[in-house]
Amino acid sequence: MEKILPALKISLLVSLSATCMILVAGLALAYLLARFEFRGKHLLDALVTIPMVLPPTVVGYYLVILLGREGLIGAPLYAATGWSFIFTWQGAAIAAFVVSLPLMVRVSRSAFESVDEDLIKISYSLGKSRLETFFRVILPLSRGGIMAGTILAFARALGEFGATLMVAGNIPGKTSTLSLSIYSAFQTGDDELAKTLALVLTAISATVIYLAGKWARSM
Amino acid sequence: MGKKHVSVRFRKMLEGFSLDIAWEAESEIVVLFGPSGAGKSMTFQAMAGLSPLLEGHVRVGEKVFYDSEKGIDLPPQEREVGYLFQHYALFPHMSAKQNILYGHDDPKHAGDELEQMIQLFHLQGLEERYPKELSGGQKQRVALARALMRKPKILLLDEPLSAIDLSVRRAIRGELKSLQRRLSIPMVIITHDLGEAMSMADRLIIYDHGCVIQSGRPIEIVEHPVDDRVAELVGSIQLHPERIFSF
Repeated sequence: MEKILPALKISLLVSLSATCMILVAGLALAYLLARFEFRGKHLLDALVTIPMVLPPTVVGYYLVILLGREGLIGAPLYAATGWSFIFTWQGAAIAAFVVSLPLMVRVSRSAFESVDEDLIKISYSLGKSRLETFFRVILPLSRGGIMAGTILAFARALGEFGATLMVAGNIPGKTSTLSLSIYSAFQTGDDELAKTLALVLTAISATVIYLAGKWARSM
Repeated sequence: MGKKHVSVRFRKMLEGFSLDIAWEAESEIVVLFGPSGAGKSMTFQAMAGLSPLLEGHVRVGEKVFYDSEKGIDLPPQEREVGYLFQHYALFPHMSAKQNILYGHDDPKHAGDELEQMIQLFHLQGLEERYPKELSGGQKQRVALARALMRKPKILLLDEPLSAIDLSVRRAIRGELKSLQRRLSIPMVIITHDLGEAMSMADRLIIYDHGCVIQSGRPIEIVEHPVDDRVAELVGSIQLHPERIFSF
């Protein structure tokens, strides 16, 4: 149990943090791509989607380049604070965020696009601003898709392995998530622990997907 | 309430299609009539500020919605247009009451106004129902109540009767006419139905291929169509005997 709980705690911390970031950034990106025409839209779409098709280790490599102590963002951050994302649970959360973001954006974008244009127009005609229309019409009518995107992104973040390993390493009690702990246990021949951890991860994922489906059907 | 003069003149380019529209009316029932794709719905979108224009003006009474020369282009939120979409566009996640109150600035203190609308449109007992639980006619009345809640300067009704059973259309035509007389604001209606156009219009505007080809009192248009196309559209071709005998 003393090996399961820390991994479970780190996994939940990492995946929930990533999901919170995904909710904000994913919704904003999905809305931008669904409802606005602007130069560079296709490029932004491709940039958001590419982590879905790249091997996670490649995404992890780019993140190390970006966030490492000598990275584009990492260097000034380290110079200013003496802290770096590398080998921290926050780094693992960033990795999970980048890998899971495309799922949220794609599903939510499709939900935003399916809102009847007439409902948006009538809202404007009834005196409501774009912002008010978003919160009172578009968001409630897209909630099924947003919920599905959030759940998928959370499940993906929970199971994240490659990019997390590259950015945060596999430090027991610090960055070792359930997925990473399964790998370590299997490598060291502790089959019993690997099996238990795999079952825990499966149970969490299955429960989340089941509850989300049930909730979506009840709406 | 004084009579409102409505003046609409604008140009607009669409993909492979241009609109060049000009018509005027008073506080009366104006019917835009013509084939599909002639530009009628686009006229409503333009009047409501939901579609950008190239040039021209849209004026209702003293209020200028759009004037390219003066650089005026009010956003849809400020146009005070009561717009009834073809399929009513009721918010499916809101009850009838929430739909009606949607455009009100202070819905918490709108009890009396809500009650008036409910009485006016015979919606007693339907307040808490969601759009999917309402019939076509009930949806239309909720959408009209919602549009009128903002005290619009003009009502735009896009095929208001198309989703309603034939059996109740005649009654609703009468209700719309008496509503316009009571409110004394211009009511512009789009229809494909000639009978509906003739029975409701104080002024008939004939659209074809993105232009207004004739406007006037329905009887004037039927009796004196400006050309064969108008005659064909309003069914007055029999008034040209030479065409009949030319076969």
